[in-house]
Amino acid sequence: MVSTVTTSLADVASSNAALRAFLHGLPGVDRVGADQRAAMLGTRSIKTTAKAQAIDLAISMVDLTTLEGADTPGKVRAMSTKAMHPGEGAPRVAAVCVYPDLVHVAVETLKGSGVKVASVSTAFPSGRSSLEVKVSDTALAVAAGADEIDMVIDRGAFLSGDYLKVYEEIVAVKAACGDAHLKVILETGELATYDNVRRASWLAMIAGGDFIKTSTGKVQPAATLPVTLIMLEAVRDFRATTGTQIGVKPAGGIRTTKDAIKMLVLVNETVGDDWLSPDWFRLGASTLLNDLLMQRQKLTTGRYAGPDYFTLD
Amino acid sequence: MFEYAPAPESRDVVDIKSSYGLFIDGEFVEGSGKPFKTIDPATEEKLAEIASATSDDVDRAVQSARKAFGVWSQLPGSERAKYLFRIARLIQERARELAVLESIDNGKPIRESRDVDLPLVAAHFFYYAGWADKLKYAGYGDARPLGVAGQVIPWNFPLLMLAWKIAPALACGNTVVLKPAETTPLTALAFAEICQQADLPPGVVNIVTGAGQTGAAVVAHPDVNKVAFTGSTEVGRIIARTVAGTDKKLTLELGGKAANIVFDDAAIDQAVEGIVNGIFFNQGHVCCAGSRLLVQESVYDVVLESLKRRVSTLRVGDPLDKNTDIGAINSAEQLAKIRELSDAGEAEGAARWSPACELPAKGFWFAPTLFTEVAQSHRIAREEIFGPVLSVLTFRTPAEAVEKANNTPYGLSAGVWTEKGSRILWMADRLRAGVVWANTFNKFDPTSPFGGYKESGYGREGGLRGLEAYLDV
Repeated sequence: MVSTVTTSLADVASSNAALRAFLHGLPGVDRVGADQRAAMLGTRSIKTTAKAQAIDLAISMVDLTTLEGADTPGKVRAMSTKAMHPGEGAPRVAAVCVYPDLVHVAVETLKGSGVKVASVSTAFPSGRSSLEVKVSDTALAVAAGADEIDMVIDRGAFLSGDYLKVYEEIVAVKAACGDAHLKVILETGELATYDNVRRASWLAMIAGGDFIKTSTGKVQPAATLPVTLIMLEAVRDFRATTGTQIGVKPAGGIRTTKDAIKMLVLVNETVGDDWLSPDWFRLGASTLLNDLLMQRQKLTTGRYAGPDYFTLD
Repeated sequence: MFEYAPAPESRDVVDIKSSYGLFIDGEFVEGSGKPFKTIDPATEEKLAEIASATSDDVDRAVQSARKAFGVWSQLPGSERAKYLFRIARLIQERARELAVLESIDNGKPIRESRDVDLPLVAAHFFYYAGWADKLKYAGYGDARPLGVAGQVIPWNFPLLMLAWKIAPALACGNTVVLKPAETTPLTALAFAEICQQADLPPGVVNIVTGAGQTGAAVVAHPDVNKVAFTGSTEVGRIIARTVAGTDKKLTLELGGKAANIVFDDAAIDQAVEGIVNGIFFNQGHVCCAGSRLLVQESVYDVVLESLKRRVSTLRVGDPLDKNTDIGAINSAEQLAKIRELSDAGEAEGAARWSPACELPAKGFWFAPTLFTEVAQSHRIAREEIFGPVLSVLTFRTPAEAVEKANNTPYGLSAGVWTEKGSRILWMADRLRAGVVWANTFNKFDPTSPFGGYKESGYGREGGLRGLEAYLDV
């Protein structure tokens, strides 16, 4: 059953017309309804023990990120150190996420820690380059020891209806990843419609992405609740169809513990337990971690400590 | 497992007295009948003793309303508007308290009373406050108010139904004698306090509590000019008979058995949300609930699978827990009725399904329930259950969907789920229902008229049309 379905999904990418027919045949997304559902889940009240559990889970799912032109080996080293030991009793984060040329610094610092090294690639964040450049960008990061590659799709090709080009690029980058996990960034803020978010999610999954990720963090809006909801529905339906489980990573704009907990509620009530682990759900963020640590301390001690008690890395 | 810890809304914001009187002529007074108790349906604990109004008490209330009518109807519209705006603001200020009180007395989840009922209650008063000085431009000429309105409201949306009745009546210059439902009088009595707080002239709003007999006395009183009732079709018939032959104006908002129609090109995930919201909102205690799901056969399997998965995530329990989706059934009597009809569904051959769900030991509870293999002839497809019970039927073509949807003695609401705009309009033209929702369900707004066809009643409430019921047009 599963294998025949997988075969039929492979046929889906035999031509741009076939791909288009498949993606446009997916059920539509009603914007008003999706927004309402996400807003309703945003009202869940997560308190006391549930909050403590959620905070630790969220910390363990963080992809601690720095993607600045001003990044230096020193900055990456500091962040990687924090990733391993975020705070007393707190779990380590899932991964650090850096540009390809700084992967080696993170790899060295994190050796043996269990924290993964992720690298953006494929002419991040715009994706405006040739396939050759994108593949060698990826190969550079993989050669430097990246465990995970966060690629961007060609939104221009997607919006102009050239789904096959998007597909083939993902396939090529996946091949360049070797053993590294591939996260496919849809940049939902540029796709604009929820129908597009659903189509791009399926496109990325069919092409072999291990994770689908909302955003680069360089475009607004980024990881909104409704967009994350639609992507969770996509991975749920994809598993039901193919038997293959795909991870989800909202990234960009998740700054507070409240934001993170809303994301976990979304996961809990849309796809359930199977996705509630760092293997299947990540939170891409830079400033979120300190707020999680602050709230964690508040829960343990009953008091808020000032920001000077949390390191800036 | 990510389990949500209990997140109860505090009861400290409400102050429930041990007993309540009637609200007549701006004062709380003793009732002459035997007091009755109102209970918390989630725990069966007694909340308060409530006065019972006899026909003499009702007569006093009507007299007080008549006297107040002289003053109230002569006020400039802009003055009446001030009172209504003041009431609306007081409702907003006391929203949290009123929401908690509603959930305690009715059993509905706090999320719903907080996020749906109370905002709509305030919105209704704001909306009709805006009309009070603009009646001349409503299209009814220089129409005068009717006089004293006798209003009888149900227990499913106690404060919201009060707002639907009182706000337009007062805006148009009428005065009111309102009887809240026997099982849910507390928010109406809190509203009486708000009338005092707002310095509303005595007698403009009178609230008489009691059982069916009190309601009958309100309806039958010879000095009542207008009767407005929301409730069962059975009682609506009795009221129509009582009012027949008098010059009382009558509006009735009665039962329903709405079809929620899902086409194969619908946005499935949102349609499933709409189905859930259509039938499980307010424990299904909604006259316009989407209690009959009509699914196009070509998407039956996928819709049913998604629906069951979604229903399994519904959180049933303590109405005051902020994470509760489905609260308590309002009364033992209603629970018995839901059970009886559900058992009849099984006995008649429909397939019953409920998710695994633990129900509290005390109180009145009913698990969300789906019936598949339902035929039009089954009782559960024809009779209003007024509970969290959905009957699932199928159709093949749009014409068949319309035929099945209309094949009911009721006609209050309907839902259409399709991504095709032209089909929505085609369906809306043919569905005999007062409200047709497209790609949504159970959406209310004070600007939108609401009311039924056939046995679902007559007259419209809400919006510009809602003024007509309270003006001598």
